[in-house]
Amino acid sequence: MTSSNPWSLTISEAHRLLASKQLSAVELTESVIERIKDTDSKINSFITITEESALESAASADSIISKGEGSLLTGIPFQAKDNICTAGIATTCASKMLENFRPNYDATAITKLKSAGAVLLGKGNLDEFAMGSSTENSVFFPTKNPHDLNTVPGGSSGGPAASVSAEQCLFSIGSDTGGSVRQPASFCGVVGLKPTYGRVSRYGLVAFASSLDQIGPLTKNVEDSAFVLEAISGNDPKDSTSNTENVPSYGKDLNGDIKGLKVGVPKEYFVDELDSEVARTVRSSIKILEELGAEISEVSLPHTSHALAVYYIIAPAEASSNLSRYDGVKFGYSHSDSTDIWDALEKTRQYGFGAEVKRRILLGTYALSSGYYDAYYLKAQKVRSLIRQDFVNVFKDVDILIAPSTPTVAFPLGEKISDPVQMYLNDIFTIPANIAGIPAISIPAGLIKNMPIGVQFMGSHHSETMLLKAAYAYEKSANHGFLKPSI
Amino acid sequence: MKLSNDEVKHIASLAKIGMTEEELEVIGAQLSQILEQFKSLSTLDTENVETTAHPTSINTVLRNDEITNPKATEDMLDNVPRKEHGFVRVRPVLE
Repeated sequence: MTSSNPWSLTISEAHRLLASKQLSAVELTESVIERIKDTDSKINSFITITEESALESAASADSIISKGEGSLLTGIPFQAKDNICTAGIATTCASKMLENFRPNYDATAITKLKSAGAVLLGKGNLDEFAMGSSTENSVFFPTKNPHDLNTVPGGSSGGPAASVSAEQCLFSIGSDTGGSVRQPASFCGVVGLKPTYGRVSRYGLVAFASSLDQIGPLTKNVEDSAFVLEAISGNDPKDSTSNTENVPSYGKDLNGDIKGLKVGVPKEYFVDELDSEVARTVRSSIKILEELGAEISEVSLPHTSHALAVYYIIAPAEASSNLSRYDGVKFGYSHSDSTDIWDALEKTRQYGFGAEVKRRILLGTYALSSGYYDAYYLKAQKVRSLIRQDFVNVFKDVDILIAPSTPTVAFPLGEKISDPVQMYLNDIFTIPANIAGIPAISIPAGLIKNMPIGVQFMGSHHSETMLLKAAYAYEKSANHGFLKPSI
Repeated sequence: MKLSNDEVKHIASLAKIGMTEEELEVIGAQLSQILEQFKSLSTLDTENVETTAHPTSINTVLRNDEITNPKATEDMLDNVPRKEHGFVRVRPVLE
């Protein structure tokens, strides 16, 4: 055993101790479960805790390690967002609609993590069906930001971000449709990565907006992000949109050397909505990259200001189609108090979905409806091409882009929940990467009045290796270490 | 643009979501406010712009139609709210 608490380890630290038998996987999992019990009554990051099966997985990890086998993730405990299917374990999407839903299969990302020997601790809270930016739209309870229990953790992957921040797990996986991994990562002071669209299989990720959804890791540092990404990436015959490119060893190239790296600063991201303190933090991050030998230049992505509108047409349109499957017949909540099939259908959806989900389904239905399709959906798809082209053009000149992750630090609980437009504005800096399908990572950049803030790096399709290399160099040089909350 | 109550009712019926009069009122106002934000798109000339439905190029992926999980029917029925003799039970569709 080590003198410090095993729950406070990073993946690579824990791996070293496990491999050298100074720590057992069962001891590590017990320590993490203890930590969850100590802290989760305050934070509420878990919807389900799978203590018994976690300890069983940890015991089998120990027997694998004792044979000198296993991977970097063998015996490492993690949380999965509760919209990622886990066989035999409730997968609720934080919705009444799926409160009692137990899938009989694992999502591919879960299958891959399990076969790498990682230990599933339970399921993380989220905004219902991943729709929201604060985790206040969960039907169960809001999750609190470990750095200040009166503020939101961000969303929709609020549970996964808060659990890594509060060290209730060594890593988590979330999903990012418009910033749902990166925005809470920024708010909670952890590393959040949205891979290239199709890099990680969407099989078993409950569909929200299929042309935007992507699973990504939340971790204590950049190196761990690379390890988890490598484990969950790869082509999957069960997801026809998953990429066929080989999975490189993402962690191999992290050496801190980014001399000559061309870094673009998109001027359209420094807008009025950006808090001045956050702007200052991003500016000092740019300076750090410059000191590391990167070549900084200002660039332009002229259609950025239209990204929010494009997103809030395309994502709800796709959601309205995807969520039509919840009819109370095949699975999920079913309104029992009616005899007529149409009445049953309407009541199932009336009582099964929460306010934000209904709002988005209606918005999407409207954008796709006869008479409005051309003005909204078709127009949004065309402007999507313009936004995507902006990135293609800019990546001819620079290797990566640096931008804010979020316009502000975490806001107080309750502040924006009744004003959807204000809530949507949280995603202005994260949405463009989803629209273009490019990878992007939020890395902690420091604290503003004791609250964490992230900085975002974006790269062209399949540039994760370079993105992680740059993020690693930045993290080392920024040198503020893991931003531990005082919980 | 302001959505009328009838328009909201129509959308809700297309989406098969039941709504009370009060909900219609609230959501109508919110949707109108959100649609207001989309106005900027109409200022862009997209006459000769192709649409993007997917962010990366995707191809049709085919596989043989083989049974890989013979227990699937049984498994799937686990989550069915109303079932009888291995069938999914639905309410009458025809009067």
